Amino acid sequence: MTQILFALLTIVIGVGGCLAYFYLANMVLDRVLPPRRGRPENLRRSSRIRPWIFLAPAIVLLGVYLVYPLFASVWLSLSRDGEFTGLANYIWMVQDPKFRESLFNNVLWLIFVPTLSTLVGLVAAQLTDSIKWGTIAKSLIFMPMAISFVGAAVIWKFIYEFRAGDQTQIGLLNAVVTSLGGEPQAWLTLPIVNTFFLMIIMVWMQAGFAMVLLSAALRGIPDETIEAAILDGASPWKVFWRIQVPQIYGTIAVVWTTITIMVLKIFDIVFAITNGQWGTQVLANLMYDWSFRAGDFNRGATIAIVIMVAVLPIMIWNIRNAQKEED
Amino acid sequence: MENIAGKNVSLRWLLNIAVLVLVLLWTIPTIGLLVSSFRDREQLQTSGWWTALTASEQRWAARTGLPDTAEENGGTWVLSGNVFGDDAAGGEIIAFGTSPVDPSAFAAGDTAPMAVGELTVQADGSYELTAPQPFSEPQVVQGDTATDAPPERGLRIFLTSTQPPDFTTGNYGTVLSADGMGRAFLNTLTVAIPATVIPILIAAYAAYALSWMAFPGRSLLIAAVVGLLVVPLQLSLIPLLQLHNAVGLGRGYIGVWLAHTGFGLPLAIYLLRNYMVGLPREVIESARVDGATDFEIFRKIILPLCLPALAAFGIFQFLWTWNDLLVAKVFLGTSNSEMVMTGRIVELLGSRGNNWELLTAAAFISMIVPLIVFFSLQRYFVRGLLAGSVKGG
Repeated sequence: MTQILFALLTIVIGVGGCLAYFYLANMVLDRVLPPRRGRPENLRRSSRIRPWIFLAPAIVLLGVYLVYPLFASVWLSLSRDGEFTGLANYIWMVQDPKFRESLFNNVLWLIFVPTLSTLVGLVAAQLTDSIKWGTIAKSLIFMPMAISFVGAAVIWKFIYEFRAGDQTQIGLLNAVVTSLGGEPQAWLTLPIVNTFFLMIIMVWMQAGFAMVLLSAALRGIPDETIEAAILDGASPWKVFWRIQVPQIYGTIAVVWTTITIMVLKIFDIVFAITNGQWGTQVLANLMYDWSFRAGDFNRGATIAIVIMVAVLPIMIWNIRNAQKEED
Repeated sequence: MENIAGKNVSLRWLLNIAVLVLVLLWTIPTIGLLVSSFRDREQLQTSGWWTALTASEQRWAARTGLPDTAEENGGTWVLSGNVFGDDAAGGEIIAFGTSPVDPSAFAAGDTAPMAVGELTVQADGSYELTAPQPFSEPQVVQGDTATDAPPERGLRIFLTSTQPPDFTTGNYGTVLSADGMGRAFLNTLTVAIPATVIPILIAAYAAYALSWMAFPGRSLLIAAVVGLLVVPLQLSLIPLLQLHNAVGLGRGYIGVWLAHTGFGLPLAIYLLRNYMVGLPREVIESARVDGATDFEIFRKIILPLCLPALAAFGIFQFLWTWNDLLVAKVFLGTSNSEMVMTGRIVELLGSRGNNWELLTAAAFISMIVPLIVFFSLQRYFVRGLLAGSVKGG
């Protein structure tokens, strides 16, 4: 009960504080440089200052929470106990077998998850668009997006549950396997295979996202081009892959890169299910282990820099696209 | 979209079946979780959740009544009762046995020969043990060890029975109180609501300045926001935790709100700016001509017009902060009074990894709010996705 009051109070203070800032800052500006007295230089000056009043909280927060850490992390990765050590941390990193394992697994994730999610999303978009109950189907395929990675981890760990010997399998996967006459397996402890079982969870969660975006793009294709192709006798298969898909390459790229970034930062699923055991370690979880379990911020930051470098090309690409739109 | 299936009936069927398969694949995992969270612990451990509606088979053991409760009936002594005891809805016996080596040697209703006498167990659980001599004599009813003394306990009967489906809400009660999910639920709310509202407010002002006010460096700032969209969270964790500690903020709610606000701002500014730029220029310019200040224009014209975009981002940010594990783990304390649900569930996965009835209930508690938000506000959510799909969460 006190906690609810506490939460409510902070909401009021936080939101009220924000509102008060904007209101008071504007009032002060209007007092110092009154705009409505026919003094054009005041109007000019105040309109030079006002944008910064509007922007100040955002700039401060972005600066402290996103820009400053960028530089601080670079410094951390190049130092130890506050002393510059050059590339020592990087040299340690490339020689660390756990890092190599993580890098290898991340590459697997980067190859399979964005590709599979986009592919499933594309097929789901096209199929659901052509049936009557498509909206309901879409919404159900989309639903896992609302679930937390941790929730999804519980759902799927239960599916992969393994019982030794003759016991009844209560995990769906092993039940299917045994009913088909196979041997039940402790899937999550099988090297390489287990990484794929973890990836399935991510595909399950992201396919809906891909579907929603791609379905919107598919619907944006002018009907004439499709009709023309059908009149020319093209099969539905051909129409889809040769006519429709090429027209939405832009959206496919956006979906693919968005999921790629998501995958680079994948943490919760691995953390909750295997915690990097049995050869499933990934960079984000390795970074967490070093920083907050081993307490070695320098090594942790070094691993984080690797993730940042991997994101960099996408970042530059995004900025370029945004600037093109701006012009 | 008639283009793919056309009017071909069999193709249309195929299409419907394909989508049905896809939908089933995508929903079955969650359904399994929901069903399991309501199942009785015993049943969940011994049978798959997909059998939840059918009777489950169980193997167990019971004891007959004490030997001296037997009644003599024309030269034979009869010991009778019910293996289910007073529990009338106990289930149905399929098989029984008298030895642990072969616990289901006889079908229900059959008669099993004993060393002396015989035993019958009916499907409804009633049993009848008969012998030509009183049961108080040792050789009739074997105890756990063979002794010459008259047995003090009844005979052990091994049973295989089917239990009717047993659903319970008890799992929820347990995780909410004993495992701290109730507390964690409140903690999550405490994290998520301010972390959703504050960035909206700050971003709305910034987005207005970036779309409708002229000042030097505007395009540079816009580019910076787009760039910051993809900065990985991992990079920020260590420097910020050090910073929070250095300025005396330490770990706690304020730190986690600030962190969520900072991390959410790029997407918020990006989404809202994209929306605001699209608003009709005439409305804003005519308001300016009428002498309205930027502050008034923002409050009275822009904000009301931007409600859909605000809602879209609000849903995003709420789901993200509600579902977050990493930021809470780093910036929030790990004490019971501060742990959020995702953190609590990860702990449960470690400490109660086999108690699926509790894990599934805990997971479902953490999913209820996002699912309600998702299904009731899906339209806005989709709109937000379409507008801001450059950020990777």
